[in-house]
Amino acid sequence: MLGKLTWAAIPIDQPIPLFAAGFVGFIIFCVLVYITLKGWVPYLWREWITSVDHKRIGVMYVFLAGVMLIRGFSDAIMMRSQQALAFQAPGYLPPDHYDQIFSAHGTLMIFFVAMPFVIGLMNVVVPLQLGVRDVAFPTLNSVSFWLTATGALLVNVSLVVGEFARTGWLAYPPLSELTYSPGVGVDYYLWSLQISGVGTLLTGVNFVTTILKLHAPGMTYMRMPMFCWTALASCLLIVAAFPILTATFAMLLLDRYLGFHFFTNEAGGNVMMYVNLIWAWGHPEVYILILPAFGVFSEVVSTFSGKPLFGYRSMVAATLVICILAFMVWLHHFFTMGAGADVNAVFGVTTMIIAVPTGVKVFSWLFTMYGGRIVYSSPMLWSLGFIVTFVLGGMTGVLLAVPPADFVLHNSLFLVAHFHNVIIGGVLFGAFAGYTYWFPKAFGFRLHEGLGKAAFWCWFIGFYLAFMPLYVLGFEGMTRRMQHYDVPAWHPWLLIAALGAAVILAGIVLQIAQVVVSFRHREQLRDVTGDPWNGHSLEWATASPPPPFNFAVLPRITEDDTYWGMKQRVLRQTDTGEEPRYEDIELPRNSPTGFICAFFATFMGFALIWHIWWLVAAAFVGAFVTFVVFAWRDRTEDRIPADEVARIDRANRAARRAALAQMQPAQ
Amino acid sequence: MSDAGQALYLHPGDTAPGDERPDRHEIAQGLIGYLIGLGLAALITVVAFFLAITGQLLVWGPSIPIALFVLAIAQMGVHLVFFLHITSGPDNTNNVLALAFGVLIVLLLIVGSLWIMTHLNQNMLPMDRIMQMQR
Amino acid sequence: MSAAQGTAGRDLRMGHAARDIVSKRIIVGYGFWIFLLSDIIMFSAFFAAYAVLSGQTAGGPSGRDVFHLHIVAIETACLLLSSFTCGVASIGARAHNSLMYYGSMAVTAVLGAAFLFLEAREFAGMNAIGAGPSRSAFLSSFFTLVGCHGLHVTLGLLWLLTMMAQVFAKGYRHDILRRILCFSLFWHTLDIIWIGIFTVVYLTGMAQ
Repeated sequence: MLGKLTWAAIPIDQPIPLFAAGFVGFIIFCVLVYITLKGWVPYLWREWITSVDHKRIGVMYVFLAGVMLIRGFSDAIMMRSQQALAFQAPGYLPPDHYDQIFSAHGTLMIFFVAMPFVIGLMNVVVPLQLGVRDVAFPTLNSVSFWLTATGALLVNVSLVVGEFARTGWLAYPPLSELTYSPGVGVDYYLWSLQISGVGTLLTGVNFVTTILKLHAPGMTYMRMPMFCWTALASCLLIVAAFPILTATFAMLLLDRYLGFHFFTNEAGGNVMMYVNLIWAWGHPEVYILILPAFGVFSEVVSTFSGKPLFGYRSMVAATLVICILAFMVWLHHFFTMGAGADVNAVFGVTTMIIAVPTGVKVFSWLFTMYGGRIVYSSPMLWSLGFIVTFVLGGMTGVLLAVPPADFVLHNSLFLVAHFHNVIIGGVLFGAFAGYTYWFPKAFGFRLHEGLGKAAFWCWFIGFYLAFMPLYVLGFEGMTRRMQHYDVPAWHPWLLIAALGAAVILAGIVLQIAQVVVSFRHREQLRDVTGDPWNGHSLEWATASPPPPFNFAVLPRITEDDTYWGMKQRVLRQTDTGEEPRYEDIELPRNSPTGFICAFFATFMGFALIWHIWWLVAAAFVGAFVTFVVFAWRDRTEDRIPADEVARIDRANRAARRAALAQMQPAQ
Repeated sequence: MSDAGQALYLHPGDTAPGDERPDRHEIAQGLIGYLIGLGLAALITVVAFFLAITGQLLVWGPSIPIALFVLAIAQMGVHLVFFLHITSGPDNTNNVLALAFGVLIVLLLIVGSLWIMTHLNQNMLPMDRIMQMQR
Repeated sequence: MSAAQGTAGRDLRMGHAARDIVSKRIIVGYGFWIFLLSDIIMFSAFFAAYAVLSGQTAGGPSGRDVFHLHIVAIETACLLLSSFTCGVASIGARAHNSLMYYGSMAVTAVLGAAFLFLEAREFAGMNAIGAGPSRSAFLSSFFTLVGCHGLHVTLGLLWLLTMMAQVFAKGYRHDILRRILCFSLFWHTLDIIWIGIFTVVYLTGMAQ
């Protein structure tokens, strides 16, 4: 009746997960009760859960990323403390639990922190920068978000019911095959990623179509902001790479569920094929993460240097070159798998070549700053911290790209230090920069600057304390994922690393405090003009937060507009008081389709994991019916009458003019 | 003034993939296109099957897989042009570029994987030596 | 400026300010085209696995032992003809010609169902003689690649029937025409993938 699910699935005998599950469950319960008692449920349902507005969906993505960051970081704290304690001692985490922790840490951080964070930023910003009202497929956007949330939910459910994979974040066979992982852990991993993978793929399709086909009239490709170009490249990579992940996981699932022999040890399976295919996805994945971060830095650096971005055309070219080259380097993740010197050499060379367009970008940012008037706001601090940290991490990457060097350093802590260096220094710093930069646009008030700077310094110092020792340890021969060790020389470095994790924890606490304090003081921090940083792209020509329709009248870009000057001209229209002719605006209707599909997907995933076949069928039918009901609807759009549009827009224009009257005139 | 507006549009006459140009609504013209495509595709298919079954009698054996591959590519092209209406006109540029990107990825993945996987035994002893050592 | 707004390009607009710039048909068609390319890439991952594993028969049957080329030829003919009739259906839809539309969609459905029936029989037959997917890596990759294509054809058939039902219920509305465009893109692409399958899997397997 319930497949493999029994009461034994709840980890009563393991204190740590039991306590963690109980604690988190209690908090979730309290939050739900609070929301219900305050009567916020109808508001949340109407304005957020069923919303197809890209701004709302983007905020939910970033919120998901933030919550998952806390969960993934708590895994990191556990790993650091375990390794600090486990010198000639067992530590406090038994091996099979420790294995689940590092697997969950990697899975959560990549799939449910980094991906949602950059996708969330793209969601909020790209349509505004393009001067349009929404993405190409708004309801699909909502479906994408809720499917991602389903994946995150399933991974977290594994803490309470059952177990998680013990295979590391990529679940290599044969360890991940049924013979060696007979439990449900790998199934949790596979199904949650398959479901969220569908969501991510749909996001990729959505944004490629939006960026290539939906622009404000007159915005040519070469006038798009740099963030849109990097979003395009990232989404092209999503469209190209995620199908490979889907196929590879499908093959592993067929092995586990139906006894196929893709990657088994017997009957001709080839384990190395999995490694090859999964990294054919895995390398483009890291470029999917870093390219939007590069876009954020282009925006932030040019805004806070008061200059247009240096070398726009070469930046565009570099972005597209990185996009193509991202597909030609994947073997560098398995130099040691034995493909021989010729193959290794080719991929080693392509890996080094891909550093060149990245270097072009770094120099462009430096030249943008040179001769500009730099404002050291917290987004700019994150960017400066990125430049230093990412270049360092990139250099260690080029070092690893040399196959003979990689033979020594593969799977050591040097590798772990390298990829955290580029992911934290690159993706996470970029995400935080974007978050602080666009927070006023999304919410209408700025974040507290002092706390933001303090948080940055904690993250920056904490990162170096936590990861520089890992480079040393890599050279000294310590491999990754060690639950205990007995080499005395390693111990002091691991203590420093644990200290670094504590400093980062302080940074996270400060970031949470920043949100709370900023909300409390939101009237003082209110952004009244819609343009708190004197930015240069179209999103700053809207109010903060923008009305649901973004622009009362779609901006028309003329031939004289550079991408730097667009906002100025559009705003001048606003400021001169010339009212446009308001028309009715049709916006896509809110729809519960995304949420309901995800609801069924959650049950289907859970049922597949526990082999509850009747529930699988029922949930599938439910999802299909939801889809058909959605496809059968007649009214797809809501009409906002011209008077309403006029009322909202006039209020925004008046507020902006009043705020400007109190400031010095812009040049 | 409105002419200037017209000229500023990004895609004045883009065609959706799979669509014929909007001005060609003649049923007969459309049908002829599909019939030609069907005929060509059927011809190529017949040749391919023939080559696979009895080709060894007519052509050099090892060339058959390559010939089959070429025929497959040709038939895919027939489908793209006659059934999917992917042309080289300016209205189709975005569609062609997307297709080219997809084809590039497919080639990289398949050729790359084959190259890598066949080289994986590069430094291994021959299988019979390994079996000997295991006995 | 405000006079020019909303006048130029009105023939392209569907009357919605949200899609002011490019017609919805182009947007939806292009988006689906991008999705199809991702689907093709997924198939190429299965192709790559097949190419690598096609020799791993683990002492079991190889392609030559279990493939029946005459069945494959019939399947190919069915799918190719169905692509043609699908094209006729899309002409009929754009011309609002119900005889053409319903007739050719029905023929497409029959041909697609015939393809699936033959393929299901082939799979069942192979399973019965011990050449099922769990016998060897070659057979696993064969069943997965060809089966994934068959699964797509099945979903396509369901979609086809839904499109017939939607036109019946709601007429040739713009959004339904857009979906028919997407369906025809999907169906033609499935035939293109089948070209790859019958060449790489069946014909090359027999030619060796």
